Amino acid sequence: MNAPTARILRRAAVIALLAIAATFALDPFRNYQLAVAAACFAAVAGLSVLVGLTGQLSLGHAVLMAAGGYGYAITASAVAEALPGAPALAFLTGLLGAAVVAGALGLLLGLAAARLTGPYLAGLTLALVIALPSAANVIPALSGDQGRAAPFFAVPDGLASLIVVEQWHAWLAIAVAAVAVTPLVILRRGRGGLRMRAALGDETGARLAGVDPGRVKAGAFAMSALSAGLGGAVLALATQSVSPGAYGLGFSLLLVVAAVVGGLGSIGGAALGSALVVVLPWLVDTFAGTLPADLGRRLNGNLAVLLFGAVVIAVTAAAPGGLARLLGRLPRPASPRAATPTTEPHEPAQNPER
Amino acid sequence: MHAPLKRTATLAAVAALAATALAACSTPDAEGVPGVAEKTVTVGTHQPLTGPAAAGYASISAATAAYFKYLNDNGGIHGRTIEYIVKDDGYNPANTQTVVRQLVAEDKVFALLNGLGTPTHSTVLDYLQQQDVPDLFVASGSSTWNQPGKYPNTFGFNADYVTEGAALAKYAVEQKPDARVCVLGQDDDFGEGILQGVQSVVGPGGVTDAQTYSTSNEDVTAQIGAMKAAGCEVNVLGTINGFTALAIGTAAQLEWFPKWHVSSSGGDYPTLTGYLGAEVAPALLQGMVSANYLPFSPGGEWAELFTKINDQYNGGAPFTGNTVYGMSVGYLFAEALAAAGQDPTRDSLVAAVTSGKLVGNGIVPLSFGADDHAAFRGVGITLVDKGIQDYEGTTYNVADGVVTSVQPTPVPLANGGLPGR
Repeated sequence: MNAPTARILRRAAVIALLAIAATFALDPFRNYQLAVAAACFAAVAGLSVLVGLTGQLSLGHAVLMAAGGYGYAITASAVAEALPGAPALAFLTGLLGAAVVAGALGLLLGLAAARLTGPYLAGLTLALVIALPSAANVIPALSGDQGRAAPFFAVPDGLASLIVVEQWHAWLAIAVAAVAVTPLVILRRGRGGLRMRAALGDETGARLAGVDPGRVKAGAFAMSALSAGLGGAVLALATQSVSPGAYGLGFSLLLVVAAVVGGLGSIGGAALGSALVVVLPWLVDTFAGTLPADLGRRLNGNLAVLLFGAVVIAVTAAAPGGLARLLGRLPRPASPRAATPTTEPHEPAQNPER
Repeated sequence: MHAPLKRTATLAAVAALAATALAACSTPDAEGVPGVAEKTVTVGTHQPLTGPAAAGYASISAATAAYFKYLNDNGGIHGRTIEYIVKDDGYNPANTQTVVRQLVAEDKVFALLNGLGTPTHSTVLDYLQQQDVPDLFVASGSSTWNQPGKYPNTFGFNADYVTEGAALAKYAVEQKPDARVCVLGQDDDFGEGILQGVQSVVGPGGVTDAQTYSTSNEDVTAQIGAMKAAGCEVNVLGTINGFTALAIGTAAQLEWFPKWHVSSSGGDYPTLTGYLGAEVAPALLQGMVSANYLPFSPGGEWAELFTKINDQYNGGAPFTGNTVYGMSVGYLFAEALAAAGQDPTRDSLVAAVTSGKLVGNGIVPLSFGADDHAAFRGVGITLVDKGIQDYEGTTYNVADGVVTSVQPTPVPLANGGLPGR
């Protein structure tokens, strides 16, 4: 293992522990929100790297999350039923199921994506999101609109007096998100990231340098799908269900919003964006609750979408690099596609690639 | 050590200290009864106030809230008023998860009351069980709620779908023994339960055609066309209100007018009229058979009381089956809360329901007991005639798949619909 990789791993461990420590300061509902944010983080990080580094715009990451969620729910339920005494095994095989299903779908999509550019890829992925409810109705294993139930993992006995179930799920969510995102950070810094930037910058040039843009793009898509799939598994863990309604077009576009607002290509930005995606609708809901019932009801559900639109416009106009750049302590002048991994500062959040 | 890592480590140390200082906000605590204060009892629900199911069901929680206002103005229960928190989940299971957690963890509700929908509510069963929250009178007829061993705190409110399907089919074959019976059902527990009930009466091979639809696809032309082609004479519908209207309207467009036998969840005449339009509804819905178990009969004492409450506390909203349903839920909860004692706990509330002593206001006896968490084991048959829906007189009890005719046992109104005095 080389030094940068070891450093990334150390930092990932520290951040994960930090997040786990933070769960003690949160009440149960915040911990639930944290688990959902961790799920979104895994998906948004994958999407952000995909769009930021290879320029492939996927509007369908919700479907990849759903694929992971279904994979998780089906596998974990089967194992939990066969071996009721081994929740850890059910959880881990569930994660494996999520990775396999989402990875396979991502690879298939990636192969198509390598041959499509710009709006055509966006269109393909968009169609997937729209097709999800119908697919759920046609494929018996997905159980239609009602969706699949995922097993409920209670707090282990040893911890039961210390933490409640939301906090326990937040811990698992943080751990899975760390496992999903850390490889992306390593990939982004290493040779893989260099190849992706090369493929984005100039395909012909990349080919001359011995980089196959098709393979790079397909690989990036599959990596991103794996991460999104694990995010879907986390969401299924926290909510004990997977249904097409949870992964609609609105949610899929929110993931893109989170990536853009956070800063494309930036992992720290993805974390900020995911937190925003979880917290903003809740804030709006709380605010709408204080309004007269009729007005509140009319605003509820619409106001959040409106605000997201406004935030995207504001961020794109004021800080094209996203929140990550805005909050970076050392704002550097934009240097599109100029930075190479070796010249990057240690904090990836400070240098979002455009 | 690299600078950023050092910074992170410092941050970690600070955060760890802060975390210890804040001393485990998520640690389970057992003091007091959540949601029960000196002067109030707080209960919550998840309802579709927006989204595809809103048009059919949003009026239920408004009716329940109106009944509670009436009750509160008359002194509440044991000197406590009832605070009813209604959260919108848009009939989307993912939202249900969020809003129910909000209700339990943030609003600290005493109990969940009348959470609506099978797909939505089934996702929160385990959570509510783990949190030990009484989960009363779920607004769905799925048999999922009747698992006393697995979910001792969960109770249904609707007559279960199998019971309804059996009663509707029994009425069909009693009217015409050789009728060709078909089923159109939602592609979940609802439709499956109805189909299962119909099959228990006519036999598995006795159903001429069984079709399903999904709520995400608002077109049933293919299903109705297939049923017409199969020569169906009586169509038993396991459909929500919107799809009942859609099915009947689509059949009318195909100039097909079979008999419709509709589950109580989708057979409310005023609501269907809202969908179909007041001009054509009386003609299209003439003779529609449905099942019910609540005292909605126009002119009855319960309906009169509920109409009065509706006018006074619900801004005179249209009086529909949903109004009767919502207020009946409120009444039954008030009765349970009164029976739970002067200082109710979650345990005493559940014990009040399982005691089997609750009476409710149904036209068939409540069947709650220690090992039965379903509310009604029978239904009465209703008919639409000249724009008025009322009980026809036939009442069925369904036990172990056997349908028997019984006499309805309406509950007389006492104390102005205010339990516990």
